[in-house]
Amino acid sequence: MSRKNGVVVDEMPRVKNVDGCFSDPEINRYLSAPEMLKIVDIIEDNSSKDNSVKTFFLEKGLGKGMDAKPGQICMVWIPGIDEKPFGFSSIGEQLSISVCRQGRFTKKLMEFKKGDIIGIRGPYGVSFSGNGKNICVIAGGIGMAPLMPLLRSIKDRNPVVIYGARSKDDLSFTKELKEYDIHFCTDDGSKGYHGFTTHKFKELIKKSLDLGERIFDYIYTCGPEIMMKYVFEICEAYRIHCEASLERFMKCGTGLCGHCNINSYMVCKDGSVFQSEDLRKMGDLGKMARINTGKKVTLKEYHEWRS
Amino acid sequence: MIYNRIISSGNMVDLAISLCGIKLRNPTILASGVVGSSVEMLKRLDNDVGALTLKSIGPKSRAGHNNPTFVEYESGIVNAVGLPSQGYEAYEEELKEISKVNAPVIISTYGGSKDEFVMVCDAVAKFKPALIELNISCPNSDKHGMLFGIDPDSSYNIVSSVKDSLKLMGAVYGKIPVIAKLTPNCNDIVSIAKACEDGGADGLTAINSVGPGMVINIEARKPVLSFKRGGISGPAIRPIAVRCVYDIYENVKIPIIGTGGVTNGRDAIEMMMAGAVGIGIGSGVYYRGVEVFKSICNEMVDWMEKNDVKSVKDLVGVSHE
Repeated sequence: MSRKNGVVVDEMPRVKNVDGCFSDPEINRYLSAPEMLKIVDIIEDNSSKDNSVKTFFLEKGLGKGMDAKPGQICMVWIPGIDEKPFGFSSIGEQLSISVCRQGRFTKKLMEFKKGDIIGIRGPYGVSFSGNGKNICVIAGGIGMAPLMPLLRSIKDRNPVVIYGARSKDDLSFTKELKEYDIHFCTDDGSKGYHGFTTHKFKELIKKSLDLGERIFDYIYTCGPEIMMKYVFEICEAYRIHCEASLERFMKCGTGLCGHCNINSYMVCKDGSVFQSEDLRKMGDLGKMARINTGKKVTLKEYHEWRS
Repeated sequence: MIYNRIISSGNMVDLAISLCGIKLRNPTILASGVVGSSVEMLKRLDNDVGALTLKSIGPKSRAGHNNPTFVEYESGIVNAVGLPSQGYEAYEEELKEISKVNAPVIISTYGGSKDEFVMVCDAVAKFKPALIELNISCPNSDKHGMLFGIDPDSSYNIVSSVKDSLKLMGAVYGKIPVIAKLTPNCNDIVSIAKACEDGGADGLTAINSVGPGMVINIEARKPVLSFKRGGISGPAIRPIAVRCVYDIYENVKIPIIGTGGVTNGRDAIEMMMAGAVGIGIGSGVYYRGVEVFKSICNEMVDWMEKNDVKSVKDLVGVSHE
């Protein structure tokens, strides 16, 4: 049953088989209902630390999310607790989400073990375009996770990766990232460049200009919103195209309720990946966000509320 | 902008309607609680639709329910978002912007009592919306919405209290049409409709979501929605909506906005033939995206062209003898 055109085209019976599947696998995949999937593997970065990152690999199931593209999200359900959006940190044959402790929900999720089940529905949202020749991928903190599938898909174009965090224990995927032209940045200088990703970004641009080389033509970024705002501003100054993966408090995740809005954009449906043209129109970018009542608060208050 | 289209014969097909004295460029109306969570979100659609209904505004700050608040099943969707609202006071800064929206804005209100309805409506009326819609039908709160709309007396009381209070505020505010959004989850929707009309309602929206219903995930062994129960929307409920509109049309004189599972032009025409002059579209946005309003208008014009109908007004109520 295709609802892409709004016209129902259906030669197959619209009832479920005994095993819970529809004859048409499209329906199984696209129904916005959680499918409980087992956690088949967990990889932990910096396990001894408070800020460890766990990557949960999921069983295949009926195929929900299997057609996810880099930058798309899923809604993760812990029955009895809540349901929240996560970007896929692996796509294709095996899905994964990567989590660090940020609030009540992620604290609960971090306790999950191999064999436990979580509910997944998706994939939702706009994906990274994958465009660009001289690409720079700029990540901050846990923002590296949803960029990993993108990186893997553009590896042959030798993207430059700038990845920053507070200190070296907040960096994850470090082993895999060594296969890329990677610049680690830390606020405290414990690894790599001592400074922000935006400083490193400007430094690399200036270096290219000094050498008479072509600068980046495409930036992909995900991380703290204030970081992405500065990245975007640098891109605007140098006329580089920018794609940013944003987040807002989400309810339906499907572009229906309108609660995850930044100005006139729904993050779950028009994003989470936004282009320069859209970012230009977002007066709230890096400044204001709505909490669950719909009230607009400063970004700082929003993050305090979410933690 | 969809006003009308010159069809192959060289004639114009007219989609404009008049609702409670307000001209709408086409009959499509964004239903409450969909996309329009804030005034700035309305600007996404203000060139496509006939009118836009804001997410219901309540008397005080309310978070609504935890997630999951939405789940789909084979024949529809179930939601229990739970009436989150900033509360009318906090919302005032944003409500000033409704005058900049390029289509009539309907402000939907809710309250936990007759007095709260009056308080909220008096406050939002100051921003001069095109219409005020009373939410006496949301099934997703124990203390609001449907609680009032299942009883003719409480429906009458709320409508008449709001109408009286607006009149007291002055001629300008007294003129704002007040419509009541009805629930199908009652014994006799016609009696509720009549009670609202008697109370002074200038129009009705039929219907709000059906049920409440429930979806249990058998692997999780739990209901999916955090509120457990939620309102059902989508194509499955359209026959219920059409029947409600049909029955109400036979028994009241005030105009009806027909809402419930309309996803394409044929559904919209069906609803108009049942007796609706305006077509509320909510779940249609889930199935077809924000383009649904344009698509429905184009599909209506296609059908009208093939079936020699020149004005959409000619379709209202024609299924009745």
